[in-house]
Amino acid sequence: MSILIDKNTKVLTQGMTGKTGTFHTEQGIAYGTQMVGGVTPGKGGQKWTGKLPDGSTVERPLFNTVAEARDATGANATVIYVPPSGCAAAILEAIDAEIPLIVTITEGVPVLDMVKVKDRLSKSKSRLIGPNCPGVLTPNQCKIGIMPGSIFSHGSIGVLSRSGTLTYEAVFQTTNEGLGQTTAVGIGGDPVKGTDFIDVLEMFLADDETKAIIMIGEIGGSGEEDAAQFLKDEAKRGRKKPMVGFIAGRTAPKGRTMGHAGAIVSGGKGDAESKIEAMQSAGIVVSDSPARLGVTMTNVLKG
Amino acid sequence: MNIHEHQAKEVLKSFGAPVARGVAITSLDQAQAAIDALPGPLWVVKSQIHAGGRGKGKFIEKEAGEKGGVRLGFSKEQALEHVKAMFGRHLVTAQTGPGGKQVNRIYVEDGADIEKELYLSMLVDRETGRVAFVVSTEGGMDIEAVAHDTPEKILTISIDPATGVTDADAAKLSEALKLEGAAKTDMVSLSKILYKAFTSKDMSMLEVNPLIVMKDGHLRVLDAKVSFDDNALAIKGRHDDIMALRDTSEEDEKEIAAKEWDLAYIPLDGTIGCMVNGAGLAMATMDIIKLYGEEPANFCDVGGGAGKEKVAAAFKIIMQDPNVKGILVNIFGGIMRCDIIAEGVLAAVRETNLAVPLVVRLEGTNAEMGKKIIRESGLNVIPANDLDDAAQKIVAAIKGK
Repeated sequence: MSILIDKNTKVLTQGMTGKTGTFHTEQGIAYGTQMVGGVTPGKGGQKWTGKLPDGSTVERPLFNTVAEARDATGANATVIYVPPSGCAAAILEAIDAEIPLIVTITEGVPVLDMVKVKDRLSKSKSRLIGPNCPGVLTPNQCKIGIMPGSIFSHGSIGVLSRSGTLTYEAVFQTTNEGLGQTTAVGIGGDPVKGTDFIDVLEMFLADDETKAIIMIGEIGGSGEEDAAQFLKDEAKRGRKKPMVGFIAGRTAPKGRTMGHAGAIVSGGKGDAESKIEAMQSAGIVVSDSPARLGVTMTNVLKG
Repeated sequence: MNIHEHQAKEVLKSFGAPVARGVAITSLDQAQAAIDALPGPLWVVKSQIHAGGRGKGKFIEKEAGEKGGVRLGFSKEQALEHVKAMFGRHLVTAQTGPGGKQVNRIYVEDGADIEKELYLSMLVDRETGRVAFVVSTEGGMDIEAVAHDTPEKILTISIDPATGVTDADAAKLSEALKLEGAAKTDMVSLSKILYKAFTSKDMSMLEVNPLIVMKDGHLRVLDAKVSFDDNALAIKGRHDDIMALRDTSEEDEKEIAAKEWDLAYIPLDGTIGCMVNGAGLAMATMDIIKLYGEEPANFCDVGGGAGKEKVAAAFKIIMQDPNVKGILVNIFGGIMRCDIIAEGVLAAVRETNLAVPLVVRLEGTNAEMGKKIIRESGLNVIPANDLDDAAQKIVAAIKGK
């Protein structure tokens, strides 16, 4: 089944004509994603051209606003590459245009901008993933964002993570183990974000195709702890799937932001050890090494 | 980004917050004029460093005497003595590390008649995704200790971004802080002033510890610690006035260089330098080095889409650390192309005449191309297959030396 996206998802690109937007739209099209058009204010009516890895040229229509683009293309998702200074406004525009799924790749969005976005989001029907995330990918069907499609294979493991490159590790390893993935979701490294672990776990637990889940967290905040509590409550109601986990940042010093704006141990909270403990208490097998996620999952599934 | 206490008070004062009169000095010859500008009878002489715990700290130099980094002067002469004792000397606090920080500026402030000390801070609450006030009657203390021992004495209030601070919010804050009379009235305007300052200047943290009730019943911000959201400051033109307050003498040189290249770099105490793409993977790389018995020398995330020059710059910054006995490059290329990393690493190796072991692990986009470039370079670079293999190899290599 997969979650969030599949071969029917129609995706807009906001920030399509920039270098990053262009490159990843090309990659998305090459993967087989339905990339249906782009939004760049001032370029409405023009055409975007891209070049695929096989050398062929592709074209897509450009629009001035998300609402116009949605009306013309029937898009039900959007991916945002707009730089930090205009990113929150781009997300708000997508929310106002009632796009059901908004994936924001951009890193560097001011936290207080995201506070405003979250407020608008809570009064809407849209789901936001990110910002500062690598996107979402359902193997052989749909790729929204920047994850390298070639490491994926269609299978039964749901992957969710705050870190982009650690997601690739988990995917690469589970592909090599012959397990494959249903969907991989990068929720991103920021402290205030559209979707947290609980939201994605809910979807994976409900998805028949997802037989097991890999969850990758890191220092900062309480998303992992909240997820662990959620899993315990769900288990009591009979909903449970095998899980493998990893937490990055055991060696991070207190009070420093480790790359990701949300990766900081502050006020005595959000450290790796307490997250690992919480996840273990929820029945997640937590791997010490990020190189053994796949192998650990194979062992967990063997029982 | 952090700023000094006196700068934080200036910023808050510009929004109308009640702060004492004070004068900051950056050289000893400014001291007398600063002291003369204040009426007395109490001059509070405060070391300005980007670290907390100054009052309880101790100076390394004997000439500074036994007292901490915040001293009371009951006469102009005594105030001047305090300035001379502290200026240019190294203050060690619970937050500076054993080397302490050199005191290059001092703030002389008009002393207050303190009736009560309270605690107030503001931050973005990750649970609610909203700006929150955190208040406690236990002012002038280590708030983490209060949170640990008597959490019931701390109240957190989230503010609805659609309304800002309401009178009802202010009333809750006053109740939690047990304010009466003038202080209670002051809190209605102060809470709104602080919220306006916090949100319009993109602060990430504002801590007033202590917020005092003076003997005349009014509130005053006695200490202020402010940090700003680096994401917001990075947006050109958004906060030029705040950027002007930056004090690079409070920052590590390598970190300053890294910022210019848009690299995330944090120096640590170990011997194995790391260069990775992606913050999560970079943290995991540090973790796995420790798992195999050594310590990372730094955190370094080159990010996605970095070019050859940026990779080489990162490498050189890492090499500036004299503790580095070996380097681990761990790349899982998504946007990042492994051939670009390989070229950058080789350029850096040649330019720095690298003399320590180097392990390179490449995976993802153009991995085979990257591995080939390294193999054919003829340089002494140890290839690795996965992260376990890479960590074991670099640990063995530095032990073997």
